[in-house]
Amino acid sequence: MSEPTAFEFKRVTVVRAGRRVLDQITASIPAAGITVVAGPSGAGKTTLLRLCNRLEVPDEGTVCYRGQRLDDLDPLVLRRRVGMVFQRPTPFPGSVADNLAVAHPDAAVDELTTALKRVALDPGLLGQEARTLSGGELQRMCLARTLVTGPETLLLDEPTSALDDQPKQVFEATARDLAAQGITIIWVTHDGAQARRVADRIYQLRDGHLARATEGTRP
Amino acid sequence: MNDTVTWVGLAVSLLLVVVAAGISWWQRLGLQRQILIAAARALAQLLLVGAALTLVIAPGRSIWWSWLWVAAMVGYASTVARRRAPEVPNLLTLALASFAAAAVVTLGVLFGLHVFPLTGRTLVPIAGMMVGNSMTATVLAGRRLTDELRDKRDEVEARLALGQPSRQAAAPYVRGALRAALTPQIETTKATGLVFLPGAMTGLILAGARPLQAVLVQAVVMFLVLAATATTTVVIALGLIRRLFTHDHRLVHLPVPAGH
Repeated sequence: MSEPTAFEFKRVTVVRAGRRVLDQITASIPAAGITVVAGPSGAGKTTLLRLCNRLEVPDEGTVCYRGQRLDDLDPLVLRRRVGMVFQRPTPFPGSVADNLAVAHPDAAVDELTTALKRVALDPGLLGQEARTLSGGELQRMCLARTLVTGPETLLLDEPTSALDDQPKQVFEATARDLAAQGITIIWVTHDGAQARRVADRIYQLRDGHLARATEGTRP
Repeated sequence: MNDTVTWVGLAVSLLLVVVAAGISWWQRLGLQRQILIAAARALAQLLLVGAALTLVIAPGRSIWWSWLWVAAMVGYASTVARRRAPEVPNLLTLALASFAAAAVVTLGVLFGLHVFPLTGRTLVPIAGMMVGNSMTATVLAGRRLTDELRDKRDEVEARLALGQPSRQAAAPYVRGALRAALTPQIETTKATGLVFLPGAMTGLILAGARPLQAVLVQAVVMFLVLAATATTTVVIALGLIRRLFTHDHRLVHLPVPAGH
């Protein structure tokens, strides 16, 4: 059996300030559905994710995306194929439309409206000052902003850690919809319950090592 | 130029230093020693520079001595800039490059287009104004840009993660730093003549020049300073961007400086 692979890590080591944050990791992450990377804080989950869109590079080893070494890919093209949502919302100055336009300055209003609908945001928000949105709306706006680039894969770095239950559930439902539309999602979280709710499979990152733990239990 | 200060006059003016020291003593500021040392040091430095300048710009002396003086000023100002903002990576090299660029622009216009005749007497003070005034702006721009990129790392990386090239991702912060560094100079330029009489003009008038002549020289100096600060800060900012981002569009690690 061979399921299509999104990312493949081969003996990947990352050293920061003398500490081996990731230690000789070898693993492959399937392209289908939502893969959750769980583990205690400080385990290197964020670093692992940042290797995937080349915000960081490994000290040793290689990372491949769909069979191609990341070193061989133009990072600017890679980052439009592999989008990222950060732990804290990162609104840029200006309106919601201004924010989405950063991802695609020539985008038609239709495209921006579609992006908002895909993350369950009211298209009427386009003209609103981004920083006036609630935390949950902001984080989904950041997700919509990433969708404007038309990514195949989404990297989610604890995107709901600062959200209350209700906006958290909306975000999870949105992400599951996107996965159902064929977008590969890699979701980093330290929230075990959330991992079980959203994951098609869970990987555990502990002491610098990554191992496939379980298939997800979501219905 | 007959209203010059004599040695006796200089000695008498020391009374003003005594006034400052006296106030410190009266109000128990404990600054008397420092005031006296500062005054003595300034006087000694000025006398030394005056003597050296006399040698350098003496009639018949090769202009190369003046150029050497300018080079030394640029080198010294660059080390001062680095010392003032140690958290800015590679500031020494960048400052050297930015002063060199500003020198090409300002000296090129002023001497190339014959605003002033190119002599030691004009070159040394003009280059001095150029370097001295743009140094502060250089430090300000470098520090502001480094701070912004460090403090707003999330935002910068969010831009990078959307596929923006580093130059574009950094553009809003470059604009902010340049505005912050240039605004004080623009404000000073606006207020000139209304709020204060600037140094060059004051000096010329005291030395007996006609006010109109002093005004023309001062105006040229202000424009020189404007061009110099704009040039140095833009070179610093664009140069820094090349240091702070890798060729594959990653933002390098920026440590928080001590004391923050």
